[in-house]
Amino acid sequence: MADINKKSAKILVFSTEKISDPAIDMAGLLKLHYPPTVYTISIPCSSGIKPSWILYAYEKGFDGVFIAADGSDCVYGESCTEKTGHLVGKTHNLMKERGVEPARLRMAAICSVCSESFVKQMRTFNEYLLKTLHA
Amino acid sequence: MKKKKIGVYICHCGGNISDYVDVEKVRQAVEGDDIVFLAKTTMFACSDSNQRDMVEDIKANDLDGVVVASCSPKLHLLTFRNVSVRADLNKYTYVHANIREQASWAHSDNKMGATEKAIHLVKAAIAKSRYADALETNKIKAIKAVAVIGAGVAGMKAALSLAEKECDVILIEKESFVGGRVAQWDSLSTTTETGKEMVKRLYNELVKHENITILTNCEVIENKGSVGNMLLKIKKTPRYIGGTCHPEDLKRAIEVCPVEVPDEFNFRLTTRKAIYKNYPSEYPQTPVIDIKNCTRCGACEKVCPAIDFSEKEEILEFSVGSVLMATGFDSYTPAYGEFGYATSENVITLPQFKRLIDTQSDKLIYKGKEINNIAYIYCVGSRQTDGENTYCSRNCCTSTIHAAVTAKTKFTDINNYHFNRGLRTYGKQEILYADSLSAGDIYLQSYEDGLPTVTLEGKKTIVKINDILTNGREIEVEADLVVLVTGMVPRADNKVGSLFKIPKGRDKFYNEVHMKLRPVETVIDGVTIAGACQGPKNIAESVNSALSAATKSYSILSKGELETDPLVATIDPEKCTWCGACEAACPFDAILKIEKGTKVIADINNTVCKGCGMCAPVCEPDAVNLIACSSAEIMSMIDALV
Repeated sequence: MADINKKSAKILVFSTEKISDPAIDMAGLLKLHYPPTVYTISIPCSSGIKPSWILYAYEKGFDGVFIAADGSDCVYGESCTEKTGHLVGKTHNLMKERGVEPARLRMAAICSVCSESFVKQMRTFNEYLLKTLHA
Repeated sequence: MKKKKIGVYICHCGGNISDYVDVEKVRQAVEGDDIVFLAKTTMFACSDSNQRDMVEDIKANDLDGVVVASCSPKLHLLTFRNVSVRADLNKYTYVHANIREQASWAHSDNKMGATEKAIHLVKAAIAKSRYADALETNKIKAIKAVAVIGAGVAGMKAALSLAEKECDVILIEKESFVGGRVAQWDSLSTTTETGKEMVKRLYNELVKHENITILTNCEVIENKGSVGNMLLKIKKTPRYIGGTCHPEDLKRAIEVCPVEVPDEFNFRLTTRKAIYKNYPSEYPQTPVIDIKNCTRCGACEKVCPAIDFSEKEEILEFSVGSVLMATGFDSYTPAYGEFGYATSENVITLPQFKRLIDTQSDKLIYKGKEINNIAYIYCVGSRQTDGENTYCSRNCCTSTIHAAVTAKTKFTDINNYHFNRGLRTYGKQEILYADSLSAGDIYLQSYEDGLPTVTLEGKKTIVKINDILTNGREIEVEADLVVLVTGMVPRADNKVGSLFKIPKGRDKFYNEVHMKLRPVETVIDGVTIAGACQGPKNIAESVNSALSAATKSYSILSKGELETDPLVATIDPEKCTWCGACEAACPFDAILKIEKGTKVIADINNTVCKGCGMCAPVCEPDAVNLIACSSAEIMSMIDALV
């Protein structure tokens, strides 16, 4: 059993309460498995994530950070997509400055019914991180 | 400052959690935390007895807050906030950890991984609990109106129930007429009222209510806002028949229409014209022109002055506080060749058979031939071992037996042979099964690995089965008509469901939050579900869920205002240097520029702030934080999760 966990990268997911949280919960309900080292922190909106939180996660030992973004479904308005994209761009620059590979931060729009998409994202991100960080 | 004292409760959820997560190990891992005063496991955290114990624990030990590690907060966040309130704590001191959907179920393939993850999730919740202070709720205006989508029996009953509560109702039907599936049935089981009579009775009640707006030929195409205030944009397709006109003129217009297309109302057994009504007493009483199939030949215009091809599509807008979905179901269409479907001319589906017996009298005739021997093959498209529909459609056994009994009563020399996989005429419907047996119907049964076969032998259609009720003996029936008992499947057209992002379950029907505890709510705030869009149901069950959904939708709006979490942005005046970036980022104009002493800084208008947090990442000096989502909280959770 311990070997199974060693094969998983540590991924922090920023998920939104109204949009992507239901999809992640639904993945569990449907027993769609993904690495158990994927942890979720719920926030109201993906455009409210501070780059400093993401950088802190790497500093503390997370291999990857995934933003389960609201996309066009955001209840707070259409500007969410652009603003989330902007904060990801800003964080990528900060990561480069600190010598952290920008590919360790990923973002995708996860709607409230996108359970399969979320699980696929986690599996491929896990594979990528294992290949690049733990090979 | 006094150190916090909190209680932590880790739920077994029967075995839903503890079958995969070692809950005792989780308890031991967190009990030593400096703010954890007590840590307990419990079989059902949501049970009345545990809630009482929690209240006693909080009061007896003067706890400052509580963490419950159980199912999704969508299900029980409010439950445990209310427990806190009953113990005289502020509800925002409560913190929830989801170790079911996001640990035990998501990682049921890896018990050790699930347990480790659960420990981290509970530690993160404890970290968050350190910052969970007492807060006062915000209140927003709620529009006391509900949009009911789908005017079948479930939607009509829901609309009536809401209207009686003095709530405005917009009843929206995509089709040209109300009534849904029930309008297609004449005889119904366990009642003497026909489907059409039931629809007529409900429609007559609906039109008596001034607070109900009935929209037919209408589809919701856009949805903005959230619970309490949702702006719906609705596309209204013209009927191309306006004003008033003499019924005889309309009758003549239908007669002269040269177009004939398969009639979906009769499941394509017959044809209809491009200008049509499905049956004379259908509502609304004005017919409709099927513009997709109309050739615009002009024949109808010549005999009926009410026909108006200049009518244009309209876009309507309504603001409502809640949406109730009652969009119904489709009937399963068998695959080509499945039990002879589409390859043998005397194989039809159950809905077709029901329309056939409804539209005939004296003798049962199909394709010019009198029908005597009828073979019913059950569970077609349901309880599939190879296909996607693994669920039981539950209503089909009763519906079939009712149709068989009706056929035998209505027509002469009918012999019914039921090729089934075990009958499920539950509850009072068992009376029908007894009636069927008394009338001499023959029941033959098989398991899923020995399904009956339908073969053509010359002009004969032979149905064979190895009947397990007679020790596997091969029995064959020469059938004049084979009826495939097809079940309910989700609507193929799910545009409206996608618009509201309503989650679907494994059976692809709309999914409720919890089948027992919150059976008509969805995870989308303010959207409830009723009837067969949620899964197979008979009329009585659909009506029950419709009344329940109506009550739930109304309860959200009944006070005219909604309580919302006071999770607004805050400004640190020491750090803020007023650059205006937060003001530019705020989509709600909630940020003001104020003078405070000698400084110009940002300030938050709490009544306008929605708590999205868009202002926080753009603040270079990091002066903006969200209540309950501050940098300190998030970073302490990250510490606990690593």
